[in-house]
Amino acid sequence: MFSRFGLKSIKMKIVIINYGAGNIQSIKFAIKRLGFDAVLTNDVEEIKNADKVIFPGVGEASSAMSKLRDSGLDNLIPNLKQPVLGICLGMQLMCHSSEEGNTKGLGIFDVDVIKFSSKVKVPQIGWNQITNLKSTLFKGIEENEHIYLVHSFYAPLCNETIAECSYEVDYSAALQKDNFYGTQFHPEKSSDVGQRILENFLKM
Amino acid sequence: MLAKRIIPCLDIKDGRTVKGVNFVDLRDAGDPVELAEIYSKEGADELVFLDISATEQKRKTLADLVFRVAEKVNIPFTVGGGISSVEDVDVLLQNGADKVSINSSAVKNPQLINDLVAKFGSQCIVVAIDAKQIDGEWIVHLVGGKVPTDRKLFEWAKEVEDRGAGEILFTSMDNDGTKDGFANEALAKLSTELNIPIIASGGAGNKQHFTDTFVNGKADAALAASVFHFKEIGIQELKEELKENGIPVRI
Repeated sequence: MFSRFGLKSIKMKIVIINYGAGNIQSIKFAIKRLGFDAVLTNDVEEIKNADKVIFPGVGEASSAMSKLRDSGLDNLIPNLKQPVLGICLGMQLMCHSSEEGNTKGLGIFDVDVIKFSSKVKVPQIGWNQITNLKSTLFKGIEENEHIYLVHSFYAPLCNETIAECSYEVDYSAALQKDNFYGTQFHPEKSSDVGQRILENFLKM
Repeated sequence: MLAKRIIPCLDIKDGRTVKGVNFVDLRDAGDPVELAEIYSKEGADELVFLDISATEQKRKTLADLVFRVAEKVNIPFTVGGGISSVEDVDVLLQNGADKVSINSSAVKNPQLINDLVAKFGSQCIVVAIDAKQIDGEWIVHLVGGKVPTDRKLFEWAKEVEDRGAGEILFTSMDNDGTKDGFANEALAKLSTELNIPIIASGGAGNKQHFTDTFVNGKADAALAASVFHFKEIGIQELKEELKENGIPVRI
């Protein structure tokens, strides 16, 4: 599958930021399925020198943020120059703030993360559709494709929205600013669509 | 729009699938990883692995299996069966499980739900509830539905939600194995009274039953085992029919 895009021949260093927040095995495997190895690390130099940085995250925002601070990663991440992809909570932490645990975020994306109301089931769990796709991250991806999400908090639409999703309201399924990308959904769990999105990121 | 999910359930014993499966194209019908890959390709939205083994090596065997599934499969999967501690869950999530499902251990020690949610987050904690009607009242049962408890379904489900579980997997023991359809009345009540997703389980016999449980049972997802394993229903054709019936699905 990966040879189709000629990725396997490119040598690159991919790191997954390991700060003790949730399951990172899946993202590691997804990268491996694309023909690459990713290194799990919280080492500042190693992250700085990587070609691609993946910033995962599962769990609660304030405790994840304090883990980032403990390892000094809160200062490092916003200053990275290479393509960075935040996934799920990782994306939320890249925002200005999160209502969850009243958390100050990394401030990369200028948007405040808030909670879904009780008009809908929370968390949203399952496959929803992405629309208004606006980035090379979605090259080869059609409008209305399904992606997998699990979340209770969301980033409203903003200038940095590059994909939308609808659940109670239209909100940001993905964000981008300069070299920083964030997806609320889990590309590593979103079947072939997610695999292609991850591949697009690795090709940047 | 958020799609309704179709979830095949695989029973696992000592790292192998238990029930006979009717996949002619399988090299090894007992290999859960191979079966998982096939279901994933056919369009399953999620998978559940229910471990029913009772050996001392159980934990390690299950962790190994989870690792191998996570390596190959790019859709989410849940692991359940005999999980009773924070450590159990930690090992499974570290090996690549997306969610874990707890059942008896939650009834015996409801605080476990809070502890797991505090450590891992609501999103990965599914509480499975087995219940059947006794004198018109839905009563929670343990040990695969064999042992009645003093808990009532709707009260227990509410407590499970209040303690922070992210999802409820409700199996009606009255419907399980009958192939007469899901327990839609109870499901609808759960789905209306609670504000977390409800997975319907027990009773799937034909495609119409799935439409019924999404429409009448207001279920967010439907789980089945034998109808998929014995190829009585193909996942793709099931989803086509659901779509024709106006139910949002991922095709």
